[in-house]
Amino acid sequence: MNFFSPIGRLFLRFIEDAGGIFLFFWQSLIFTFTPPLRFRLFLKHMEFIGVRSWLVVALTALFSGMVTAYQVHHALVKFGGQSVLGGVVALTLTRELGPVLSAIMVVARAGSAISAEIGSMRITEQIDALKIMAVNPIQYLVTPRLWAAMIVVPLLTAMADLIGIAGGYLIGVLVLGIDHGIFVARMQDMVELIDIMSGIYKSIFFGAFLVTVCCYKGYFAKGGAEGVGRATTEAVVISSVGILISDYVLTTLFF
Amino acid sequence: MLEIKNLRKSFAGFQVLKGVNLTIPKESMTFIMGGSGTGKSVLLKHIVGLLKPDEGEIWFEGQDITKLSERELQIVRKKIGLLFQEGALFDSMTVFENVAFPLVEHSRMSSKEIKLKVEELLQAVELLSAKDKFPSELSGGMRKRAALARTLALNPQVILFDEPTTGLDPILQITIMELIKKIKETFKLTCVVISHDLILALKFAEKIAFLHEGVVVEEGDPEKIRHAAHPFVRKFVESALLDKKFETKEVEHEL
Ligand SMILES: Nc1ncnc2c1ncn2[C@@H]1O[C@H](COP(=O)(O)OP(=O)(O)OP(=O)(O)O)[C@@H](O)[C@H]1O
Ligand SMILES: [Mg+2]
Repeated sequence: MNFFSPIGRLFLRFIEDAGGIFLFFWQSLIFTFTPPLRFRLFLKHMEFIGVRSWLVVALTALFSGMVTAYQVHHALVKFGGQSVLGGVVALTLTRELGPVLSAIMVVARAGSAISAEIGSMRITEQIDALKIMAVNPIQYLVTPRLWAAMIVVPLLTAMADLIGIAGGYLIGVLVLGIDHGIFVARMQDMVELIDIMSGIYKSIFFGAFLVTVCCYKGYFAKGGAEGVGRATTEAVVISSVGILISDYVLTTLFF
Repeated sequence: MLEIKNLRKSFAGFQVLKGVNLTIPKESMTFIMGGSGTGKSVLLKHIVGLLKPDEGEIWFEGQDITKLSERELQIVRKKIGLLFQEGALFDSMTVFENVAFPLVEHSRMSSKEIKLKVEELLQAVELLSAKDKFPSELSGGMRKRAALARTLALNPQVILFDEPTTGLDPILQITIMELIKKIKETFKLTCVVISHDLILALKFAEKIAFLHEGVVVEEGDPEKIRHAAHPFVRKFVESALLDKKFETKEVEHEL
């Protein structure tokens, strides 16, 4: 009996959060069109997200590309199909690993920081201070970050695709001894523009999603420094899990 | 000018304001006094619409502030400034940027004019030398003065000061109060000051209101408060004045 009640409660919390997050996203999107245009803040947040995340994203992509090449090779060898390694690695990266891993790394590096920063602004009344100076806090704090993430996360994804494929090439050609020409040719045969773009489109969604969740959790933080910590943890968990779940949904529906 | 009628507010079942009635006369200096935790800050936050009451009205310029939408409030907030008890400075900005913020947001001044104005304000609160410091590098009293400068920047008609002098040394307390008084007279402002310091209130206030157990128990000019009948107010007055006598005696003794 009591076994299911935490699940029920979690489900209710989820519905409540989901509604709040969507409304929050909608508002920050709408406020794009109310002046002033906060272009400088937008640039600043692009820099923040990019600078904080690019190295981790690059490292993650490199090693994922390398290990994917090993694993795929292991499977392909069983029926002598190792020549398509280049294509399979590139497809895996552009369609799945690139966007998902980049987004999760951005959550870890920049998303958590955003959540903590906005959370501490909430509890030290800086958000109230914005309001009483007749500045809309969502328009000031969230809208520029939303656009920044929707641009930077796809850029990071494109970078991850490239580096990951390079990692796969390194292992495939230099270690596993697949011919350079074959590796590249199979890749060119198998990967179409739509494969790359599907990953990029997903990453635009992930960027918007993760930054909305992280801002939302920080924005409604309460209960002192401890509350900010709790908000940050929740933001990271919800965005990461949400990215994986929505990746599944988006992939089955559209891509 | 500002009329508060039967204002009630509870937090999670705990009633803080239990029907506050208070009139704040135009172009005057009104002090609100009371014990710690009696809801003085909560009362000010209602006046700028940061909190919505459970019941009651706040009339300003023919409008009931408690019924306004967030957008309508923006207009009112340009006319009513609030100095937060903890300052609520933006900790990602320097002191200079903090004070410049409302001007950058709302005035049509050039950056050169803004610079002059900000330096003038910082000069007035004796903080010019700290203009490039971040809030985290300031003492509590310095933060308070920086916040004061920021509140003054927009020339509101009404300014609500939440403990502007608490935590400052006695000389600076007088300096700040003199400054507030001077600004009030020059710009014909309506000032509401929260303070625990009765001596300061008796010296500067034109009207004093005592908040106790959620209601205004006594209000009037300093002379009336000095001879108030309400037991809490009497006790407050006696302790404060006794303190003063004690201090002067001690000084004489030392001489
Ligand atoms: N956002 C809030 N949520 C819950 N309770 C609150 C909130 N704000 C204030 N309170 C409660 O309301 C009461 C009054 O708080 P308030 O900050 O107005 O006191 P105060 O009179 O300003 O005290 P002090 O002189 O110490 O600043 C306190 O008991 C406080 O716990
Ligand atoms: Mg207070």
